[in-house]
Amino acid sequence: MNDPYIVLAAILFTIGLVGFLIRRNALVIFMSVELMLNACNLVFISMSQVHGILDGQVAAFFVMVVAAAEVVVGLSIILMIYRSRRSTSVDNLTAMKH
Amino acid sequence: MTLLTLIPLEGGIFPPGLLTSITFWICAVFAIAGALGVVFFQKPIYSALSLALVMVSLAVLYASLNAPFLFAVQIIVYTGAVLMLFLFVVMLVGVDTHDSVTETLKGHRIAVTVAGLGTIALLVLAVGNAVTTEPVGLEEANASGNVQGLAELVFQRYVIAFEATAALLISAAVAAMVLAHPTRLKPKLDQTAMAERRMQAYAASGRHPGALPNSGVFARHNSIATPALLPDGTVAPDSVSAIIEERVSIPSAEELSAPHAEAVAAIAGGPGEIDADQIPAVERGHDHPGLSNPAEKEGDDHE
Repeated sequence: MNDPYIVLAAILFTIGLVGFLIRRNALVIFMSVELMLNACNLVFISMSQVHGILDGQVAAFFVMVVAAAEVVVGLSIILMIYRSRRSTSVDNLTAMKH
Repeated sequence: MTLLTLIPLEGGIFPPGLLTSITFWICAVFAIAGALGVVFFQKPIYSALSLALVMVSLAVLYASLNAPFLFAVQIIVYTGAVLMLFLFVVMLVGVDTHDSVTETLKGHRIAVTVAGLGTIALLVLAVGNAVTTEPVGLEEANASGNVQGLAELVFQRYVIAFEATAALLISAAVAAMVLAHPTRLKPKLDQTAMAERRMQAYAASGRHPGALPNSGVFARHNSIATPALLPDGTVAPDSVSAIIEERVSIPSAEELSAPHAEAVAAIAGGPGEIDADQIPAVERGHDHPGLSNPAEKEGDDHE
């Protein structure tokens, strides 16, 4: 039975979601997103085991590639914001509010 | 050949599946503890290290799920590359940043708690019970090797997605380079411009154009965090860099002159061999004439 894997992934995803909503440091928000991506990967790989085909593992592989690219761009944006505002708190990013 | 088949214990004295479930429960505990750490540690550096714990635990789970290639990729790409990138950025920007704990939105935390509970209820109750069949297992699919099987899929059925990934990665690399080179808002100051600016500041506000006073050097203190004392016993304002002032506690003028004052008091209260007219002379020494004279000159110019 692979239910425990799904439940573990659900718990990790929810913790990531809560972190995404509750934290205000852009870096930690980013880490929470990574946590959610990892939870999804766990589902992909355990489903690959359930169905006996490797497509789930290929999907997890692509998720990893996309996550790596996303981290590079996201972190350089955070660095740029930090350079101009001396802060990584998302509370200060209100330039596009109006 | 999967990682687990390398371990001869499975199928031997242990019933099949037992090792997998032991692995699962150990890794699940570590993964959840790490995930909670990511969210609830106040310092981003601890969050990043907790994330490393989560990723390594998940890598072990991948290995136990017959995914040896993704086990390696998880450790190399996530724990190795992505996490190190995170740590670099945390070290660059976030070491001394703390999350403010005050709520800026009213009822934010309650709403988040409700959202979290709702999500986990939905996921666990609806999706968690969706698997009703026994897992088929990957023995057949992995028969010619996990990496070979994945390569067959990636380079045949998913080759278009693979090509798109190449485009994504090159755009990400270019984007990172573009973002890392900001356009200069002001022209770079050369030595002539800086000298001119200093002289203009001197003309406008009387700010001394020369070097700033150096830090104080006393018998008991000689670090650059020690301010120089002016002849009147006060601290020379520019003798300690503002950056150091932010990070280290700077001894006050009283603290710096306290040992000297004690010595003077001890001499004055000693066995009565000191004449009364010697005390003012010692008192003058209190101001460290030799040390603070340069500071005095600088300090005067600052007024």
